[in-house]
Amino acid sequence: MPTQLESDVQTSEDAFRTEVRQFLATNFPDELKGTGNMMAGLDGPTDENPVQKKWREAVGGRGWGTPTWPKEYGGGGLTKGQARIIEHEFAKVGAYNPIGGMGVMMFGPTLLEYGDERQKLEHIPPICRGEIRWCQGYSEPNAGSDLANLQTFAVDKGDHYLINGQKTWTSGGQWADKCFAIVRTDRSDKHKGISFMLIDMDAPGVEVRPITMISGTSPFCETFFTDVKVPKENLVGKEGQGWTIGKRLLQHERTNISGGGRLAGMMGQSLGDIAKKYCETGGDGALVNKVLRDKIADLEIRWNSFLLTARRAVEESKAQGGVSEISSVLKKVGTKLAQDRSELLIEIRGFQGLGWEGDEFGNDELEDVRGWLFGKAATIYGGSTEVQNNIIAKRVLGMLDHQ
Amino acid sequence: MAVLSEEQEMLRNMARDWATKESPVSEFRKVRAAGQPQAYNADAYAAMAEMGWVGIIIPEAHGGSDFGFLSAGLVIEELGKTLTASPLVATTIAASAILLGGSDAQKAKWLPRLASGETVATLAVDEGAHCDPSAIETSVSGGKLTGKKAFVHEAHGASLFVVAAKDGLYLVEKGDGVSLTTRKLTDQRSHADIQFAGAAAEKLEGGGDSLLGDVLDRARVLSAAEMLGMAQAVFDTTLDYLKQRVQFNQVLATFQALQHRMADLFADLTQMRSAVEAGLQAVDSGFGVARAATIAKAEANRVLHAISNQGIQLHGGIGMTDEFNVGFYLKRARVLEASWGSSSYLRDRFARLSGY
Repeated sequence: MPTQLESDVQTSEDAFRTEVRQFLATNFPDELKGTGNMMAGLDGPTDENPVQKKWREAVGGRGWGTPTWPKEYGGGGLTKGQARIIEHEFAKVGAYNPIGGMGVMMFGPTLLEYGDERQKLEHIPPICRGEIRWCQGYSEPNAGSDLANLQTFAVDKGDHYLINGQKTWTSGGQWADKCFAIVRTDRSDKHKGISFMLIDMDAPGVEVRPITMISGTSPFCETFFTDVKVPKENLVGKEGQGWTIGKRLLQHERTNISGGGRLAGMMGQSLGDIAKKYCETGGDGALVNKVLRDKIADLEIRWNSFLLTARRAVEESKAQGGVSEISSVLKKVGTKLAQDRSELLIEIRGFQGLGWEGDEFGNDELEDVRGWLFGKAATIYGGSTEVQNNIIAKRVLGMLDHQ
Repeated sequence: MAVLSEEQEMLRNMARDWATKESPVSEFRKVRAAGQPQAYNADAYAAMAEMGWVGIIIPEAHGGSDFGFLSAGLVIEELGKTLTASPLVATTIAASAILLGGSDAQKAKWLPRLASGETVATLAVDEGAHCDPSAIETSVSGGKLTGKKAFVHEAHGASLFVVAAKDGLYLVEKGDGVSLTTRKLTDQRSHADIQFAGAAAEKLEGGGDSLLGDVLDRARVLSAAEMLGMAQAVFDTTLDYLKQRVQFNQVLATFQALQHRMADLFADLTQMRSAVEAGLQAVDSGFGVARAATIAKAEANRVLHAISNQGIQLHGGIGMTDEFNVGFYLKRARVLEASWGSSSYLRDRFARLSGY
C-alpha cells in the first residue's frame, strides 16, 4: 500500500502529465516532429523559421526548457520528477527541447550558484527563453590542458576592466552574443590570479576568426580581445575566484560530454545491423567475416557496460545526494568508445565509409565521416583524457602528485 | 555499487566482515596445504550455510531466504575478494537449475538440503576443454545416464550432479556408475572429469527448451560476481602497494606512468561492476537475461584478465613469489574466465543474440 504522501505525489504527477500532454497537443507543430534543436549543436547559425520560433517561445515562456531552474529567474521551478515527465512526454511525440546551448548546459547552472542577484536576474531569464547564445572563453594558445596558464589580462580601470589577449577553441564564437571567460587579474599567483567575467561579443575590440577543422567544419574560433571594456558588474564572484568558478563549470561540461544525449544518439543503430547492409552474411544471417564480427561484438559489449555505468552514476548520485565517484570515468570511457565506434564504422563500410562529398554517398555515410574526424576532439576538449587520468589518480585513487 | 536495500547492505557487511576475519587468503593457503581433493574447509562451508548464504536464491518454503541473485552476488563478491574456497557458487548454480526445471517433488527434496549445506551440488555440462553446450554426447536411456563430463567444478565435495544430456538436464546422485578422475588445475581448487556409466538419473522436466541456456546464464552471472570480488581485491592491493613501495627515492604512486595505468584499470573495474550488477539484476527481474548475462561475463573476463596481469606487473618481482597473494588471483582468474564461456565464446554469443 502506498502511503498518503506517496499517493499524493502520484496524483499530482498524473495531473502534471496531463498538463504536459495538453501543452504538446496545443503547441507542438507536426512539421517539427523528429527534428533537432539547432541551438544545442555547434555546427551552425540558425535562421529560425516562424514555426520554430513559436515553439521556442511556447516552451521558453513556461520555463520548461530549463524545468528545474528557479521560477523567479525564468525557469520552470519544477521537481526532478516533473522534469522527467516533460522529457518522457516530449520524447513520446518526437518533440525536441528548443532551449539549449552552452547557456543551459554550463553557464546557467554556474551562474545560479555563484552569481549575484542582479546578474541572475539579467542573464538567466534570456537563457530560459533561448534568446541569448553563450560561448566559452577558456582555452588560449598556451593554455590548453594547462588551463591555469592563461594570459588574457584584465586591467582594473575603476568602473570597468580593460581586456587584452586571445582565446581559442571558442565553440560557436562566431554566432554567440556573449562570452563567459576566465581571465587573469593578477600575475603573481597562477590560480588565485584568475577571475570569471562576462563579455559582450559585439563590444568594440572583439574579433572572431573561425578555424577550419580536419572535418571541414568551423565550429571553433579564435577570439581576439583588444582594449575591450568590460563593466565591473560583469565580474562573477570575487576577483581571484575565477579558477574555482571555472572548474565548477567544467564539471557541468564533462557530465554533458559523457552522459548526455549526444553520445547516446550517436550510438543509435547497432553496428551489427549496419554491417549486415555492407558486408556479406551467411544463411543464418550472421556476418561471414568472423574477425570483423568479433570486433563489433567486443565494442558493443563495452558500449553496453558504459551505458550501464552512466545509469549507475545517476542512480548512485541520487541515492547519495552528491556526485558519484563513477562519474570521473564517464568522459574518458565514453569518448574513447565513441571514437572506436567511428573507426569500426569505416572498416565496416570500406571506401563507401570515407566519402567527403557527392550524391553517391548517403547522408548518414557523409555525416559519419565528419563525425569520425570531429570526434577526435572529444578526448582533447573538456579536459583531455590525460587530464582525466590525472584527476582519477589523484582525487579518486589518492595517488600523490607527480610533480 | 548498485543501490542496495537495507537488508542487502546488512548481508553485504556481514559477508565482508566474515570473509575478512574468518576467511582471509591465509585460509585458502591452509586448504591448499592440506591437499585434500575437495579443496575446501567443511566447517567453513557449514558456517556459511548456517548464515543462510547457500539459500539466498532459494524460496522460503524450501528453507531459503529468497533474496535473489543480486543479494547472492554480494556475498559471492565478498568471498571472491579473499579467494574463499567453497562450493557455494557451484551449489547455488545447481539450485538455480532445480528451481527453473525441477518438479515440486524435486524441489521439496533437494532445495532444503542445498540451503542447509547438507548436500553440495554442481553443474556438469561440458565434455571437453571448452564451454560448448552444443556438443553434448551424454545420453539417457531407461533412466540411466551415460557419458563423460570434463573439468567439473567442486566435483569432489558434491553428492548431487546436475548433468546436461542430449535431451535435457538430469539429477544424478554420486554413487553407482559415477566415477571421478581428479584434474588438478592451476587454481588448486576441486575439479574432476566424471565418467557416468549407466548412473541413475532423474530428469528436470520443467523449464522448457531454453533450460540449459538459462542455467548457464545464471552460472555466468554468479561466476562473474566472484570475479568482480577478485578484480576489486587485486586492484585495492596493488594500489596500496604502489603507495608504499619506494624506488628512486619516490613512492611508486607518484609516477605518472603508473597513475595513468591505475586510472585505466579503475575505469575498467567500474565498467565491470556495472555489467556484473546489471547481469544479476536482470536475472532477478527476468528481463533480457541472456544478453545481460553475456555482457556481465564478457566484461568480467576482459577486466579480470587485465587486472590480474597488471597486478603482477605492478607488484614487480615480489608479485611473482608464492609468498605474495596476487599470483593466486591470476591462477584462479584464468580458470573462471574459461568457465561457462571464454571471451571469444561470449562475443560470438552476443553477436548471435543481436542478430549478426
